[in-house]
Amino acid sequence: MSSSLLFNITTISYLVSTVLFFGFLATKNRSVGIGASAIAYGGFILQTAAIALRWKESYALGHGHAPLSNLYESVVFFSWTIILIFGVIDLKYRYRVIGAFVVPFALLGMSWAQLGLNSGIEPLVPALQSNWLLYHVITCFLGYAAFAVACGISIMYLIKIRQEDSSTSPAGGVVAMFPSSKVLDDLNYRAIMIGFPLLTLGIVTGAAWANYAWGTYWSWDPKETWSLIVWFIYAAFLHARITRGWVGKRAAILSIVGFAATIFCYLGVNLVLSGLHSYGGGN
Amino acid sequence: MTTEKRGFLTVLWDFFCSLKLSIFLLIGLAATSVIGTVIQQNLPMEEYRRFYSESTIRIFSSLGFFDMYHSWWFILLLYLLTLNLIACSIKRLPRVWRIVSEPTLVLDQSLERTLQLTHDLKKTGKPDELKARLSEALGKDFAAPVVTEQAGEIHLFAQKNAYSRLGVYVVHLSIIIIFIGAIVGSLFGYKAFVNIIEGTGTSRVYTRAEKAIDLGFTVKCEDFSVSFYDTGAPKEFKSLLTVVDNGKTVIEKRPIVVNDPLSYKGITFYQSSYGSAGDPLYHLTVREKNGTTETPITARQGEWVKVPGGEARVVESTQDVRQFMPAFSGPAARLEVRKPGTAPQVFTIFENFKGFDAQRGGDLVFSLVKIDEKMYTGLQVAKDPGVWVVWLGCTLMVVGIIMAFFMSHKRVWVRIGHGKVVVAGTANKNQSGFELQFNDLVEKLKSV
Repeated sequence: MSSSLLFNITTISYLVSTVLFFGFLATKNRSVGIGASAIAYGGFILQTAAIALRWKESYALGHGHAPLSNLYESVVFFSWTIILIFGVIDLKYRYRVIGAFVVPFALLGMSWAQLGLNSGIEPLVPALQSNWLLYHVITCFLGYAAFAVACGISIMYLIKIRQEDSSTSPAGGVVAMFPSSKVLDDLNYRAIMIGFPLLTLGIVTGAAWANYAWGTYWSWDPKETWSLIVWFIYAAFLHARITRGWVGKRAAILSIVGFAATIFCYLGVNLVLSGLHSYGGGN
Repeated sequence: MTTEKRGFLTVLWDFFCSLKLSIFLLIGLAATSVIGTVIQQNLPMEEYRRFYSESTIRIFSSLGFFDMYHSWWFILLLYLLTLNLIACSIKRLPRVWRIVSEPTLVLDQSLERTLQLTHDLKKTGKPDELKARLSEALGKDFAAPVVTEQAGEIHLFAQKNAYSRLGVYVVHLSIIIIFIGAIVGSLFGYKAFVNIIEGTGTSRVYTRAEKAIDLGFTVKCEDFSVSFYDTGAPKEFKSLLTVVDNGKTVIEKRPIVVNDPLSYKGITFYQSSYGSAGDPLYHLTVREKNGTTETPITARQGEWVKVPGGEARVVESTQDVRQFMPAFSGPAARLEVRKPGTAPQVFTIFENFKGFDAQRGGDLVFSLVKIDEKMYTGLQVAKDPGVWVVWLGCTLMVVGIIMAFFMSHKRVWVRIGHGKVVVAGTANKNQSGFELQFNDLVEKLKSV
């Protein structure tokens, strides 16, 4: 049993889960929904095992390190954290249908990793040989994942609010399955309340690591700057919540813009701009 | 005049207290920060000329886009944000502080009407006895209550996490502390760079503006080495550093690698780059094709040395030949051999493949023993007395965010009197979660 086989099964699980979630939206059949969640969680367990196995495999190759060192490994980990945060929100607030807008993000990540990225286990370059790698990457990606979930919820909100606003359209259809716009607005806020502290910790651990390795905690490197841009956007979101006229639609849009900035911070900076982070160069 | 003046000040104060300004500044900072990630910062002017026309350079330069995070307008935005969060905190903190320090101890009718969670315990008994029993139960299952007697009624008030209401202000304070740390660092610290050739030392380092800074002690590089993985990727860059202060060796041959710097007297040295200091010394051997004696040769680059029947020199060399000849690895040198009456021969010999040159079939067989090449180590040097202030700010920020997001101020009142026992409660966050806890508490209070 190799980790790459397990990752393939994980990808297929997320595909099946996504299809079932869409089926759940269309049929409103409760057991289809339960099946969709169950398969997503099954995939998550497999993925956890696969990540652990890949970690072990790297030791067998003689240069053991946590599987968080290149683009492939980070995309896989990102998918894992998205399902993890979805699980937390699902178990706590019990709105299964959110999965239809969140599991596809994880599927997208896994498909890209398995089909388009180099999955070789490579030794760590000197710059990454530090325990800070673990703390920094885990906190950042958990934060990113919470923002992904918030983005999915915000998309649902914008769809829902359009239907609630137009009294002419029938109350049935796919959208009827969604929680009310008030609940979605609240869930968006709660997901960002998980993401914001984690992003803050991610930036702080990154700064601490930079200071330890290079003697500067902040150098306005594009990656650092983009993480701060993301932080500013969600800080604006949190302040918008307590300002009249900024809840609802504007908050949802801010959440989607925030996630777009997050994705640019994660991928765009490395693929488009230049900087210090390891999965640059697009190899 | 005075009213006009006061009017202006009030307007100014309200402007800085406004949350809309906060949102505008945060989004403004996010949007403008993008510029500096698209335009590379602090490059030499010649570099910019390759990308932009003269007129574009003039516009960008006057807007400060080539060093935008230190431009006057970006700093101004940061100052405005600081003023904004100070003003907001000054305006709102007193009210929040009153909620924390002077809680409403009495559950009167008007308060009861504003609370969503109220419950009549339907309990009878002597008020004093009920007070004692309910106080004990509240203390055990929630928090120790404050007892107030008023107008023939007894009020119990208990609360949890009152201080969590201050979380937001802790975060605001932490941002100011981080700024102070950054200012301390930029006033009293520096970032510098120095290259030290193996075997030599220096007491001077240079800032990016090429300003020399005297360390007050000497740092020596005893040795520098690079190691590689099998794949050819670098594994470790290592310098052995010795610090000599006032003629005394205080640190001897301490290895530093990337992610493990050396600190002395508040100045830290980070492994950053390396290179060849030039003028390598080559150790070779040569033997005649049918002979057995290996004659050692030592030569500088380009220096002609005598070999049987002619002379030879090293044309060029590398510490890792893989990049030029992927089938080989390790140090390699290109030799040129000339003998009277024959054309000169040029070929490569490898330290890791000792017998290889015999296959060439020449009269002489060379092998490379060692390339003695002096390297220099490039060290990043930093002194930042403000860094601890920054970490204090970061810690406070995380603590403040946790207080503000994950702790809620929960309050419970019990009113005993007029033959009724009423329990009421509220939480400033996660009301639905608190409802479960409240219902639980009501059951417990019923059973006492």
